[in-house]
Amino acid sequence: MLRGLVKLTWLEIKIFLREPMGAVGTIIIPVAMFIVFGRVAGGMFAPGTVGGPATSPGTSAPAALGADGVWVRVILPVFAALLIALSAVISLVTIISIYREGGILKRLRATPLRPATILTAHVVVKLLFTAATLALLVLAGKRYYPSGVSVSVGSAAIALLISTWSVLSLGFIIASLVPTARFAQPIAAAIFYPMVALSGLFVPLASMPPGLRTVARLLPLTYAVSLLKGIWQGDSWFAHAGDVAALVVVFAVCVAISSRVFRWE
Amino acid sequence: MTATRPPVVQVSGCRKTYGSLVALDEVSFDVADGEIFGLIGPNGAGKTTTMECVEGLRRPDRGTIAVLGMDPFRDAYALQQRIGVQLQQAQLQKRITVWEAVDFWASLYRRPSADGRRLLEQLGLADKRNAWFMTLSGGQKQRLFIALALINDPDVVFLDELTTGLDPQARRAIWDLVHDIRTRGKTVFLTTHLMEEAERLCDRVAIIEHGRIIDNDTPDRLVARHCPERTVVVTTDDTGAEARFRELPQAQSVTRHGARLTIEGRGDDLVAAVIDCVSAHRIRVSDFRTLMPTLEDVFLRLTGHSIRD
Repeated sequence: MLRGLVKLTWLEIKIFLREPMGAVGTIIIPVAMFIVFGRVAGGMFAPGTVGGPATSPGTSAPAALGADGVWVRVILPVFAALLIALSAVISLVTIISIYREGGILKRLRATPLRPATILTAHVVVKLLFTAATLALLVLAGKRYYPSGVSVSVGSAAIALLISTWSVLSLGFIIASLVPTARFAQPIAAAIFYPMVALSGLFVPLASMPPGLRTVARLLPLTYAVSLLKGIWQGDSWFAHAGDVAALVVVFAVCVAISSRVFRWE
Repeated sequence: MTATRPPVVQVSGCRKTYGSLVALDEVSFDVADGEIFGLIGPNGAGKTTTMECVEGLRRPDRGTIAVLGMDPFRDAYALQQRIGVQLQQAQLQKRITVWEAVDFWASLYRRPSADGRRLLEQLGLADKRNAWFMTLSGGQKQRLFIALALINDPDVVFLDELTTGLDPQARRAIWDLVHDIRTRGKTVFLTTHLMEEAERLCDRVAIIEHGRIIDNDTPDRLVARHCPERTVVVTTDDTGAEARFRELPQAQSVTRHGARLTIEGRGDDLVAAVIDCVSAHRIRVSDFRTLMPTLEDVFLRLTGHSIRD
């Protein structure tokens, strides 16, 4: 059924690009915002202060930005990557529910296509667009960001793939449960964006109240952020084996659940 | 219809429940090779559930189904290669073009598919090749779904509420297409809640209500069995006509509205008897009409209510 998968993936890419906000919304806007933000942020730092350790403790860089430029060097790229991955997941949830409501999923199922092929095609489309956007971000970062961030692109890509895959599996459960297409996007956004706030990206887990910390520990994004931040900062994979394990467990559990609760119509 | 070949579809003792709702109850019927078979009944009677069980999209709780000798649920992928399906109220991706859909569907089947280009021509969609699905009219969408159902040159074609929502002209055009499908030697299994559609198209119909099949036969035999009444309406200035008609043994009642006489009776003999009477007595007739009971009347007789209720 590989032929069917390739054909359907290609077809869905073309169809997605025809949507009014298709290419613009998923690729151009995030990259443009990243560039604009980079220029603004970059202008706030003298080249010497960004990317390296703070030269003198008394410099006037706002404390929230981090004295050593960790905000621009680590948090911003991880945040951007995360948002792009999340918007892909939300878009997947929306598309699946629109397809279900319109009977498109059912119509595709009444062919020799296997159900898994139909869903895989959508996941592949989302991963491809995510990858394309991130590749552009990396290029834009090289060109517009003040600091020479030296991250292994390969490691970062793998970390992001593992994270995206895990969050996608959670997206499938949401796609299985949203009642109608109209609610798919707001429900998915309402679930995912608070997760970002609790993920430890901006507020370290250690400084959260114990209750929130417990919640954060149950959310897959927390492990995704820990992994991405670590890899971005040059940690070894070994140091983040726990994060990877957690994301794999989330993936396995979510796939098991959604294979039971997924509705085709 | 040939009695020697085995039925293309065999359904026996099928039951399907959703919670406490019994959607299908002991449904049994056969569809013969090369016929147009119609499952007729009101919305919610179980037509679509039955058809989707036969297509392998749903699994009955009980009972057996064989399509082309295969189990539609267990042999789903093998069976999908040999059947064509049009689903009720299905949509495609809004921005898929007509040709992309036809080309993609053709690529899904192993066996040499029908010529997509020719299919689109036959279905009057050739000039819509590059149009997005969302820009098509209701009739054009349905014709595209027929094209997709025929793209693998299937042995059996399933059409669920094919003309619902179409205007009468588009409906007639679709009926012609369905006749063409049968002419090409294929078996057609359709559902409809339009009695006129069933009468025009179907070689045989099964009437379903509340998940049960009430009766099945050719439309003519169903009418003859359940609604033998015939009505002849004659308009004449001949003042002796009313008495003449009353003398006919086949006539059960004659009523008059001005110059219009309504003669009611039973059986096909009534019409012949009235014609004989008119010519024998040289009654000058300015209008002559027979009112035949239809499947609509059969449905009313069998269920006690109209199909549109």
